[in-house]
Amino acid sequence: MADNQQNREKPILLRVDGLSKSFGGVHAVVGVSFELRRNELLGIIGPNGSGKTTLVNLITGFLRPDAGRVIYGGRDITGWMPYRIARLGIARTFQMVKPFPALPAFKNLVIPLFSPRVKSLAGGRYGDRDSVAKDLLEDVGFERESSVTYKAAGSLPHGYLKRLELAKCLALRADLIILDELFSGLSIAELAGIVPIIEKLMVEGKTVIMIEHRLRELFRIADRVVVLNFGRAIAEGKPAEVMEKDEVKKAYLGSEEEEG
Amino acid sequence: MQQTMPTAAGAAPARRRKERIDRGIKARSDDVFALTSYREMLYVAIPPAIPVVLLLVLPLILPIYWQKVLLSAAVFAVLAMSWDFLASVGMVSLGQALFFGVGAYVAGILDHYLGLPVWLSIPLGTLFGGLICTVLLLPVLRLRGIYFAMVTLVLPLMFERIIEATGLLGGTEGLTGLTSFPNPWIELYLIGTVVLLTLFGFRRLMTSDYGLVLKGIRDNDRSVMSAGLNIYWYKAQALFIGGAICAFCGAYMTHVQMFVGMPAFALDYSILPIATAVVGGMGTFAGSVLGAFLLVPLSEFLRGVGGWRTVLYALSLVGFIVLLPEGIFHYVRRKYHQFERWVGVEASS
Repeated sequence: MADNQQNREKPILLRVDGLSKSFGGVHAVVGVSFELRRNELLGIIGPNGSGKTTLVNLITGFLRPDAGRVIYGGRDITGWMPYRIARLGIARTFQMVKPFPALPAFKNLVIPLFSPRVKSLAGGRYGDRDSVAKDLLEDVGFERESSVTYKAAGSLPHGYLKRLELAKCLALRADLIILDELFSGLSIAELAGIVPIIEKLMVEGKTVIMIEHRLRELFRIADRVVVLNFGRAIAEGKPAEVMEKDEVKKAYLGSEEEEG
Repeated sequence: MQQTMPTAAGAAPARRRKERIDRGIKARSDDVFALTSYREMLYVAIPPAIPVVLLLVLPLILPIYWQKVLLSAAVFAVLAMSWDFLASVGMVSLGQALFFGVGAYVAGILDHYLGLPVWLSIPLGTLFGGLICTVLLLPVLRLRGIYFAMVTLVLPLMFERIIEATGLLGGTEGLTGLTSFPNPWIELYLIGTVVLLTLFGFRRLMTSDYGLVLKGIRDNDRSVMSAGLNIYWYKAQALFIGGAICAFCGAYMTHVQMFVGMPAFALDYSILPIATAVVGGMGTFAGSVLGAFLLVPLSEFLRGVGGWRTVLYALSLVGFIVLLPEGIFHYVRRKYHQFERWVGVEASS
């Protein structure tokens, strides 16, 4: 989307440096390093079990790395608690969408809106959380004046749940948004609704990392892609270039056809 | 509003299901809030008025013995509400006796060693009881489910043994001859007020945004953490709130009985509140109160049957749980807000 030349001049927002994590004998992530510039959309791809979600958990503090560093905005945030990292402005979605099922959809956003980050950004005056939540849901495509905003989150269709997850990141007013398989399980029609939301985020100057299996849709919007296989970063570059590399083809052999 | 229910036996129950429909009045009072008559206002006002009226009137009409039963039921109602509150934050406590006992001993110590008056020792017992328990449990806040439950179960038993072994704080004798309340009316109306404050306070708290955060911790703590909220800080706050009101009960009972001793850590104070909350209906607080005001008097009634008391009590507990697994309050509330009818289900082919 954005011109690569332009991106070069932008400051580095996130630097991941030699990040490693193993569970018992399994090396989930091994010495992964990459840089992310402000307002860039980075895709992280790789076959199942290649360590993508572990990498997200390491960056967002849900797991403590065995080695390596995570530097965000010039600050070393390695091993910080997840809530402190979130307060810096890193928001994430979860692969498994788990809303608060009994609450109406908009009430699900009350929790991120309760965050101290939101309070401090708004200078203590944020107004009524319910109406802010409804505005946010409209931003992610919940039709205003329709009943869907008020429906119990447990009864929402999958597509809306994914949007709700995205809305939680927006509620936090995050600078860096990490989307863990946001596209999975969505129909083409639902995707057509959700991709413009991400494009709009980029226009607003947000930085986005997307973990994805839906390569075709991802490559349309990603500036750069990192490919993981068995916990190692095996390739990095523009989407089209990356897929030409032999290692990537080998890693994806057989599974590529199922995608998209 | 009449239920039209075809008799089950005769009318060939081919395929049918129970349809539940909110009463119109319920919908109007929930969302739109357009009440158009005194009748509708009463529909909304009567349920919360029931506990208020009962707790105000009952002390006046009951004989002395049943006043004591009422007092005991009120104490267990508060302990059960505290348990229900902690459970709705994801902290299943098997040790309400810990909070109760610490509160009881703090009040006892303040009275016995420092000679503080009742109106100081109860608030201080509440405050420090809550604080001490919160600090004690801070290290296990990270544990969830059964692990947290185990630690809370063990701590009060441990305190009991420590007091027995060291002989501190009166040892097995306990501290006796403590100050009593000036008169029994203050005793009764104090605990009645606390029941009502806890009931309406908790109900209000849990529907506020703060309460949603607390519930969120139980349902999906990772999601709450990634919203930048320190769940351990919120859990500690909840623990203090839940612990302090139990500690109040302990401090209160110390002065009612004019005695504090090892029984303050008894298992009863841990287990009965759970039974009460489960029988009454979890997550509503009103269920806890209802449960306490059913189970405690029931246990007293059964005194008449002598040795069979425990058996009958246990059987009735089983009966409640098998017949009304959702809890009495949930059942009553459903009947109040919805009417039901049997409808036929068309065959799909």
